Amino acid sequence: MNMQTGMKLSVAETALCEAYDHAIGELPGDGAVIAARDILISDFKDAGLPTRRVEAWHYTDLKALLRAVPAFDPAASAAKVAPLVEGSTVLSVVNGVADTRGSVDGVTLRTFAEALADGTAAEGLTARDSDDTIGRINGAFVRDGFVLDFPDGTELAAPLEIQTTQNAGQTHTRFPATFGANVKATVIERHVATGDNAAFVTTVSDISLADGAEITWIIFQGQGGADTHLGQIRITLGTDAKLRLYVINAGGKLVRQEIHVVVSGEGSDLQLRGINLLGGETHNDVTFTVGHNVPHTTSTEVLRNVIFDRARGVFQGQIRVAPDAQKTDAKMSCNTLLLSDEADFSAKPELEIFADDVQCGHGATVIDIDHVQLFYLMARGIPENKARAMLVNAFVAEIVEELEDEPLVEALEGVIAAWLEKHA
Amino acid sequence: MLEIKNLHARIAEDGTEIIRGLNLTVKAGEVAAIMGPNGSGKSTLSYILAGREDYEVTEGEILYNGESILELDPAERASKGIFLAFQYPVEIPGVATMQFLKVAMNEQRKARGEAELTTPDFMRRVKEAAAELKIAPEMLRRPLNVGFSGGEKKRAEILQMSLLEPKLCVLDETDSGLDIDALKIVADGVNALRSPDRAVIVITHYQRLLDYIVPDTVHVLYKGQVIKSGDKTLAHELEANGYADIIDAAA
Repeated sequence: MNMQTGMKLSVAETALCEAYDHAIGELPGDGAVIAARDILISDFKDAGLPTRRVEAWHYTDLKALLRAVPAFDPAASAAKVAPLVEGSTVLSVVNGVADTRGSVDGVTLRTFAEALADGTAAEGLTARDSDDTIGRINGAFVRDGFVLDFPDGTELAAPLEIQTTQNAGQTHTRFPATFGANVKATVIERHVATGDNAAFVTTVSDISLADGAEITWIIFQGQGGADTHLGQIRITLGTDAKLRLYVINAGGKLVRQEIHVVVSGEGSDLQLRGINLLGGETHNDVTFTVGHNVPHTTSTEVLRNVIFDRARGVFQGQIRVAPDAQKTDAKMSCNTLLLSDEADFSAKPELEIFADDVQCGHGATVIDIDHVQLFYLMARGIPENKARAMLVNAFVAEIVEELEDEPLVEALEGVIAAWLEKHA
Repeated sequence: MLEIKNLHARIAEDGTEIIRGLNLTVKAGEVAAIMGPNGSGKSTLSYILAGREDYEVTEGEILYNGESILELDPAERASKGIFLAFQYPVEIPGVATMQFLKVAMNEQRKARGEAELTTPDFMRRVKEAAAELKIAPEMLRRPLNVGFSGGEKKRAEILQMSLLEPKLCVLDETDSGLDIDALKIVADGVNALRSPDRAVIVITHYQRLLDYIVPDTVHVLYKGQVIKSGDKTLAHELEANGYADIIDAAA
């Protein structure tokens, strides 16, 4: 495909366009899917990667930050890894290709490649809006993933871990999940590098919770130090549905995780908890939007960021309350522990409230280690470096403990402690 | 065990002098009470002994077993056996009490070249010490000092003290905020630690605690100096007559 516009393409933009030309023959999909992909790549070519002039990308100038994109590498060696929580059911995608041997008791499961091949996935291959670069790139290139359908009343006994592992090249996955009425499940969406080569990863999950579903969904991003990770989760909440969404970033060089929630059922509750552990030269962006569209719903968003070295963090959080969404209760807070003079964090909270009887608020703080707490720990014989590590850990452990699920809490505290030990 | 010679110290931030030529000697096996009106420098002295950075020693010396501790950080002092029971124990959300106890005990053992405790050994020690102090197991499952009542915090301090087995115990107004039952429990805990090779400094406003932890010596601190020392009868005298006479006599 040739460029029709006069815009000068960056190295990364050119690489993506060329990758599309090479990959399109290999990627699964019927005519409708190919047509949808063509529209997305054509829109991408017209718009290019977003710069700081695009409001939604103001703090993450993707055009400047994304210097290169590795070519697809079907031979890249990646391997499954043991699940985060012992005893979990595991569905894995290795180097972009789903392992078809997976199954989950009580859940209807197929690979996303199948849904592309028979065209049922075509409808979802759209961008959310004109600034949806992640939706565009992922929709154009998506190759595999899993389509999960949880029938009404399903209760998973063990956590379900959906893992993608890669070590080079590109991985583009989707994990649409439909949770029927009153489903209870814990899903861990985990993206990890199994080597140090640069990989380019995009992933989009479309999930819907029907009435009364209670879901814990954990996104754990542990990519390598050279990787780009662009993730997006789109969520719809039904009546009395409860979603606890944990987003944990502990890796990657250039990361953006978007969370877009549509609250369309009365009595529903969203709890977003974010932990961003940033070190080295990482640029990490968490962008969240929630639309409270019906009355009597609640959401709380709590982010804890720990930033070392020259890392840079971004949080954009937007709460929209529709005119008839009375009695909405939405509270957002973003707390950052800056542990280096060169570390940086930008928080951009936005409230757009069109109803008059609501409780909405936001707060952002930037703090250093509490020196009284540090003195107390040291006065008990704990050396300074260890005492500091305990306090940093405590800063994020507080929200992990809210999960009140012992194996899960222990597993997450384990990966957090390991990350801190490596970086502190 | 402890010799404080002509100590002068000020608040690092604004230079306010709090300790003005303080002299004090405490021998091994001794229980010394330090009393004095508000603002006399009692708590400051306890923080300086523990090594808090907010205070700056400008003159004088603190010798512990004959060695200066002024250059040691709080953790080094603790591993040498100095323990401060805080007047206001610090709440640390996110740090589990049990994990904290285990790290503290093992870090001190490591610093002294001793083997770390096994988990069963650690659990047994905590269970026994907690039972002595009537500390409920639920309390130990909470984050450090978080949601503890005033009395629970003080008992948790004494629990830490009995587990860490320090040589020099400094109790900063451990009696404040305690009802009489809690006071007895805390005093029993302290008395259980009395031994010929251990010294205890009890900082208090009131005679009451000294009915339960009977001191060998009593020192009156005023404007950053020890203005009078005596035996336990001095505490009774203070209780009966207040500080005014002693302050006037020293002036």
